[in-house]
Amino acid sequence: MARLSLHHLSKQFGTHAAVHDLTLDVRDGELMCLLGPSGCGKTTTLRMIGGFAQPDGGDIQINGESVVSLPPERRPTAMVFQRYNLWPHMTVAGNIAFGLRLRHLPSSAIDAKVAEVLTLVGLPGAAQKYPHQLSGGEQQRVAVARALVLEPKILLLDEPFSNLDARLRVHMREEVKQLQRKIGITTVFVTHDQEEALTIADRIAVMKDGVLQQVDTPDALYARPQTLFVADFIGTMNLLQARVEAAGHALTAGPWRLTLPPSHRPAGAEVTLAVRPEDLVVDPGGAPVRVRRVINLGHYLQILLDSPETGTLRMFTDKGASFVEGQDVRLAIARALAFTGSEVLELGGPMRPSVAASE
Amino acid sequence: MSAGWFWAIAGLRRAVGVSAFLALAAFILGPLLTLLIWAFAGTWLFPNLLPEFSLKWWYYILSNGDVTKAIRMSLLSAPIATVLSALICIPAAYAFARFEFPARRILLLSFLSANAFPKIGLYISIATLLYKLNLMDTLTGVVLIQLINTLLFMIWIPTGTFRGINRNLEEAARDVGAGPLRTFFQITLPIALPGLIIASLFSFLAAFDEAQGTLIVGTPNHITMPVMMYTLVLSYPQPVGAVFSVLLSLPSLVFLLVAQRYLRAGYLAAGYSL
Repeated sequence: MARLSLHHLSKQFGTHAAVHDLTLDVRDGELMCLLGPSGCGKTTTLRMIGGFAQPDGGDIQINGESVVSLPPERRPTAMVFQRYNLWPHMTVAGNIAFGLRLRHLPSSAIDAKVAEVLTLVGLPGAAQKYPHQLSGGEQQRVAVARALVLEPKILLLDEPFSNLDARLRVHMREEVKQLQRKIGITTVFVTHDQEEALTIADRIAVMKDGVLQQVDTPDALYARPQTLFVADFIGTMNLLQARVEAAGHALTAGPWRLTLPPSHRPAGAEVTLAVRPEDLVVDPGGAPVRVRRVINLGHYLQILLDSPETGTLRMFTDKGASFVEGQDVRLAIARALAFTGSEVLELGGPMRPSVAASE
Repeated sequence: MSAGWFWAIAGLRRAVGVSAFLALAAFILGPLLTLLIWAFAGTWLFPNLLPEFSLKWWYYILSNGDVTKAIRMSLLSAPIATVLSALICIPAAYAFARFEFPARRILLLSFLSANAFPKIGLYISIATLLYKLNLMDTLTGVVLIQLINTLLFMIWIPTGTFRGINRNLEEAARDVGAGPLRTFFQITLPIALPGLIIASLFSFLAAFDEAQGTLIVGTPNHITMPVMMYTLVLSYPQPVGAVFSVLLSLPSLVFLLVAQRYLRAGYLAAGYSL
């Protein structure tokens, strides 16, 4: 099986750094998601792994061997593109068999492999069809089959489902995840959809402006984002401006105040406090905020709150809770992350209003 | 006043539609029909609506040594010009579509220049050049002058065709192990084939119909069918011109029939249904 290592990878387009000094290790059998907004360099990174773009600096190694000087046809990688994957003048079987024929396999072996891989992706009857006779989802399955039939060491997926409708997209990514687990292939999956990344990835590499921000498991990324960008990009986050009090013992964010433990005393005076919507809790001793809007999202409620000092806040709560628009509620902060610019502090609450502020 | 009531009557609407169609058909097919009647006409005297059927002008034409020589010359020079044009232009078109190089746009536009000026002036200066190169009144000279007329079609149509083929299709082939050449011949070229056939069709017709330049470069011994047409129309009875016109349109007709088999293939738009 295969490990993939990117060492200080860089790529310039003109004066613009598409990818800057990217170092990343993908473990054997792991599904790594490259996640970021469009233009963050994730697709460029994937294309460099596949051999379709030449890095300006750095190295790409598969099982410790550099592949950076090899053209795409000699790399043990297989790519599934966003679209325009299948050759329209060949049948499904022809598409899948193309790479096998180049390897001079006997035709009986080719037929067997084509049938096997089509069964694997759930399209056993499609061999003699042409791509235009298939739906978008089926075309992408065939593209996955064509990539897998060559038994590559690394599978590369470039937003393969972004052109499918929402339901099918969710269905397909589950299928790909199961398939990937079953055959245990090392996979790099590019997406701009954080939900997609959080649901299928073993680990996620978040990128912004060509720079790797954080590599972590979905859980860790959600619970302990290491940069303000990741905090804001992954999930929903309330960002509050906070001040460290002169003595350095406590922190104030709007009406809320938190005494800091000695080990968590930020150096600067200005910090940004990141609070997950589910970490806002109703508390009799909390700060008063007004309910502006209650949005029913099925199994939970999203509540928009107005606080004169902090602006709009979002809160998630289960359906049992009763909130009325226009009502005043008292809230405390159960857990927060403080970004000081140089470090991230994980702060346990509850944060309640300071004595001075509540009076 | 609204004319809505008129269109509301289905029968009337259909009658107008049918008449418009018939008028258009008559406009397009009428001259061709007259041509066909003349081509098979013997004597055509006043009270008769149709002439007496006869193949005598066909015998007359096909037994004329100059005419058959011109037919041979046309059927030789036009295919050679088309094939040469394809060999030169299709790789160039691929480069125009796929690579960025200095002066790419200007070079691409320069292929319009042969059609941007009055041709006769261009042909005279080319003739001067060919005269110096001893290519006047040779097959090579005729092929060269026909080639010039095909460049526009053979560059512009294939460039558009290649540009319309998504790079992912080529990259996918590289990805599964095909080298650049195999990718071109087994992926790009087959997908581009309908566009290339159209380009060849136009090029062939442009080469085949070329008369001005061939007249200047080819006389007196390398006369093609369109050049011959001048002589025939000027100095022979009307049915001769008609017969020859039918002969002139035969190659394009055959080409069209062959080409449409390929153009009908459903894969033209295939693979793009996402």
